[in-house]
Amino acid sequence: MSTLHTVNKSPFERSAFISALNHLKPGDAVLMIEDGVVGARKASAFADLLAMAAESCSVYVLGPDLAARGMGENDVIEGAKLVDYGGFVDLVTTHRQTQAWL
Amino acid sequence: MADVKAAEIDSGVRKKLMFVNRKAPYGTIYALEALEVVLISAAFEQDVSLAFLDDGVYQLMRGQNTAGIGMKNFSPTYRALGDYDVTKLYVEKESLEERGLKSADLMEITYEDEDANFAEKSSVRIVSRSELTDIMAQQDVLLNF
Repeated sequence: MSTLHTVNKSPFERSAFISALNHLKPGDAVLMIEDGVVGARKASAFADLLAMAAESCSVYVLGPDLAARGMGENDVIEGAKLVDYGGFVDLVTTHRQTQAWL
Repeated sequence: MADVKAAEIDSGVRKKLMFVNRKAPYGTIYALEALEVVLISAAFEQDVSLAFLDDGVYQLMRGQNTAGIGMKNFSPTYRALGDYDVTKLYVEKESLEERGLKSADLMEITYEDEDANFAEKSSVRIVSRSELTDIMAQQDVLLNF
């Protein structure tokens, strides 16, 4: 009975990312999309926080949004997995509910 | 000399305009809108400069590929700014560092310096937060995006 949390705002600009991490239960998934993908960047000020969440939850990043901002698989924290739009749909269907942190 | 001065006055007021970019591209329309106004300002022969701080530094990322999100990749336009005499792109060092970014992650943006035998020079100037603060204080107008 897990939840998919989506984050579409940069953690440097809004508190949505932090709120999402503060409301995770073990086994939940976090998917970073749109400007939210910058929060997955390796060595950023939020990297350690996200890495900690990744120990008990799955962390996903939407690949097309990452590519649009000049980044790829090697630029995100270890443990974060890239998904495409099809993968996004799969995540929605395999979790009981979706919480969109706008 | 007197003639030059008269010509300067005839051409109208030339102000120092700085465009302050603080948002990542594509998630919102701000970055693209700023670029549009920068080009218009340059056409009116203003002293235009750009500042990239906070998430604005992401606008200059190298290798942007928007094919997957169905939006126009406008990043090549930054490289054309030199042709419009827009040659001062200030990037805040601390903003890069907080985001785990280095200057090598940014596009190469150059201009041809007319006063130096058209030598190719970098338009991107990495400056510290306090340096940027001083540069902002020297402007006539700050436009925020």
